[in-house]
This record gives sequence, C-alpha cells and structure tokens, in this order.
Amino acid sequence: MLRLKNINTYYGKVHALRNVSLHLGEGEIVTLIGANGAGKTTILNTISGVTPAGGGEVLFRKEPVTTLAPDRIVKYGISQVPEGRQVFKPLSVEDNLELGAYLRYKSREEKSAIKRDMAQVFTLFPRLFERRRQLAGTMSGGEQQMLAIGRALMANPKLLLLDEPSMGLAPLVVQEIFRVLERLRRENGVTILLVEQNAKAALKLADRGYVLETGKIIMEGPSFELTENAEVKRAYLGKDKKEIWER
Amino acid sequence: MKVREFLCKKRKIMQLEQILQYTFSGLSTGAIYALIGIGFSIIFNATGIINFAQGEFVMLGGMLTLFFLEVLKLPLWAAIPCAVAVSALAGLLFERLAIRPLRQPTPINLVIITIAGSILIRGLAMLLWGKDTHAIPPFTGDEPISIAGATILPQHIWILAITLLIIAVNKFFFFHTISGKAMRACSYNRRAAGLVGIDVRRMVLFSFVISSVLGSLAGIIVAPLTMTAYDVGIMLGLKGFCAAIIGGMSSGMATVVGGLILGVLESLGAGLISSGYKDAIAFIILLLILFIRPQGLFGKAESERV
Repeated sequence: MLRLKNINTYYGKVHALRNVSLHLGEGEIVTLIGANGAGKTTILNTISGVTPAGGGEVLFRKEPVTTLAPDRIVKYGISQVPEGRQVFKPLSVEDNLELGAYLRYKSREEKSAIKRDMAQVFTLFPRLFERRRQLAGTMSGGEQQMLAIGRALMANPKLLLLDEPSMGLAPLVVQEIFRVLERLRRENGVTILLVEQNAKAALKLADRGYVLETGKIIMEGPSFELTENAEVKRAYLGKDKKEIWER
Repeated sequence: MKVREFLCKKRKIMQLEQILQYTFSGLSTGAIYALIGIGFSIIFNATGIINFAQGEFVMLGGMLTLFFLEVLKLPLWAAIPCAVAVSALAGLLFERLAIRPLRQPTPINLVIITIAGSILIRGLAMLLWGKDTHAIPPFTGDEPISIAGATILPQHIWILAITLLIIAVNKFFFFHTISGKAMRACSYNRRAAGLVGIDVRRMVLFSFVISSVLGSLAGIIVAPLTMTAYDVGIMLGLKGFCAAIIGGMSSGMATVVGGLILGVLESLGAGLISSGYKDAIAFIILLLILFIRPQGLFGKAESERV
C-alpha cells in the first residue's frame, strides 16, 4: 500500500535520511524503532509532506505522492498523529475533531457521515465524549493523545502514521491507546505505521518492524524476530548486555 | 449670590454635555479603529506579521467609493460593494505578489515588505486621484440628532451599527463555521493545521482578503465624517494598530474594546486638553501598553508553551 524507495531527506545541509526504503502492506501494523535522532519522525514527515524528500520516491497505492503538500497527502488518505499531540489547544474537543474532517466538509451528505464518524471516535475514546466541550489544552496528556488520534481518524484515513503516541503517558493509558490501535486495524482495516521509543510495546503490537540508526535502516523483519534479536535487545529493549551473554 | 450659583450649575451641566459629546464622537472613531485593528490581528494571527499596509486599504475603501460615485456615477449603495470588492482584490494581489513569493519569509522581511507595499499603494493612489481631500456624502442626510444634550450625526449611528454588524459576522465566522475554525487552527498550530488537511497558504491569503475588506469598510463609513485623501491611511492605520496592541492582537472583543477606549480617550483629550494633542494621546497609550502590558490590556501573561 505504501512504498518508500531510496528516500533521501535533508534539513538544510544535514542529511537526515539516507536511502531509506520500506513498504507497508494493506492492513499491516509496522513499527519504526531507533534512538533519538535516528530519523523516525523524519520518515513520517517525509511521507506527510512536511519535510519533502530531496530524492527518492514515495508511492501510495502505486501513485507517487513524493512532493505533494501536507493537505494533499491527507486527501489521499494518509493522516499523521504528530509527536507531542499538537492538538489545537484553545479549541474545544469537538472543534478539534471537526477540523480533523476539514477536507470532507464539501457536501451535505458528508456532514451526516462526519457526525457518524465523530460518534465512532467517541465510542473508541469515551473520555473524549465526556469532555467534548472542554478546551483541548486543559486536558491531560493522555486525553490530548486520544484527541490527536481521534482528530486524525476524522479524515477517514487508510493509513495512519503515529509519532510516539506513548510519550510521557502512564502505562495504563498507553495500554488503552494501543488497544484502540489494534481495534482500528481489526474493525476498520486501517494500516498503521507506528514510531515508538517504547520498542517493547511497539513490537508487541506490530506485525513487522524496521530498526533505524542515524538515518539508515539497519534491520528489518517480523516483530517476533526483532524481539529475539540480540542487537535489538541490547540497544532498544533495555536488556543488559550481561544478561544476553549469560544465556 | 443666586446668579453665581446659577451660572456655576449651568457650567457644570454644559461640561457634562460636552463630555457626553466627546464620548459619542470618540465611540464612533473608536469603532473605526477597532475595525482596522481587527484587520491587523487577523493577519497577525494567521502569519505572525504586522501588515503595515493595512491603513492603505482603509484609504482605498474611501477613495474607491469616491471613484465609483463621481467618475462612474454609481449610486452609493452600488459604489460601496464595488469599492469593497476592489479592495479585497487588492488585498489578494498584495498577498500573491508581495508576500507569498518571498524566498526567506522571516517576520522582519515580511514587515519591511508590507511597509514597501503601503508606500507603493499610497503612491499609486496619489498618481491616480491626486493630492486633494475629498468628501463622500453621508449615507442618510446630515441632520444632527440631539441625545441628552449632545448632538450626533446620522453617520455616527451608521458607523456604530455597521461596526457592530461586522463584529457579529466576524465572530460568527470564526467560531461557528468550519472555515473560520480552520483559520483559527492555523494561527494556533500551523503544522498541525497542515496535517489535518488545511491549506495553510490559502488561509493566509484569506486573512489578507478579510483584513482588506474590514479595512476598506472602515474607510468607507468614516469618509463622510473625516473626508478622505490619498494619505489618510497612515494615521488611521497606526491608530488601528494601536487598538490591536491594546487588545493584545486578539481578533475579537479585546481589540474592539481597545479601539473604543482609544477613540474615547483621544476625543476627550482633544476636547478637554487641546486638540493639538489628539494624535499624541494615541501614541502615548501605545507606548505605555508596550512598556507595561505588552500582552495587551486584557491578556494573560504568556505562560503556556509546553
């Protein structure tokens, strides 16, 4: 469904992504793991058109979307839940969700579809329903994360890009959010590309994973393989070197 | 003795009437400042720049109305929408030709561009229409109306009524329509706005169009009172900027109140102290606000940004 071919992305003179190639199948959950600054967020932003690729090609359902502006990418059915939630803080929860469906406000029929989708977001995250009139900025981090995901879902995406949804959240909230992601794949067939620092949780949820280091993909494979990989264990799963030695 | 008391009392009443008079006229000029100030705020919120060409759209409103009235012989009710439409077009072209093509859109570059734009527009207006001061006829006669000893002109009522209407429409647009909410979203978080599919550049364009419409309307409704000329934009623009600063660059009520406060203080100062100080009062207020409460009279100090 999504294919990146030899993507090179630059921030000014900094070469942030070097020949990154990856692919996602329909309905897959794939995770990108790697240390800070490895280029995980950059990959998402390159797909979303926020920091367009300097070279290479992004194909979505066989169509090139490499140099499109962010709003055009959303039209294609790719929504990003950005790092640090980035909800519209001075707007209410409902307004935030409405804006998620911004591109769909063209016809009357769509309006009722949007209402239905909002109801669905509220069933996924009942907490948002309770707070629908509250200003987004006054909610807790977990609630803002739920809102950010809900807002992205309002665009009716085929592919959801999530950037560190677990950052700074309590383990229970992370669990709740990950359960919702699983449910989205199961019930709506949404394909998910998940960037995570919390490699353990991400690999548990995902089918496959890519490991990034300084802008390059150094490893890829099914999640269970990566979980067992000694290098991954040492670097990203927080297992002690000694523990691995002793086995 | 009795006579003196009587005279004293009479003077007090006269003074009260005078103050009322100044307040009335202050409110109507204040309403103009408020409209211009909202124009400043809308562009500032969408782009982070102060559009110093804002005053020129005020001038364009008045001068274009005059042009449609006198040269094309249109009736007033037709001349006004035409003038607003042409001003909106000018705002659109200004954004397209001067703001968008900029390679390095740092705020300082953009601000300098807007100053250049204002000089250009003013120069063109001078070439086209000359340096004379012109008057637009009042919308409905100039029979003064007397209220509690103060006299006001029908045009004052027009100004207040139209301003109120514009503010209501403005509020409705920004709080109850998806496009308005999208514009606010852009001002709160540009990147996130792009990620939900809002075309941020189009919103910037919109903000210029809306601001030029507001500015030109302000210029049109005030022209029957104060006359209009190619260079009225400078002072009116600065006063509007002042209103926006008092309101903390809000595009809502705070700037409206800012404009009204400014108008009333200016008019009282001019009437009770000396009319020579009229403009000085506005700029003293501007400086005081910037020194003491740069977040605006009603704004909370910036604390957020986590």
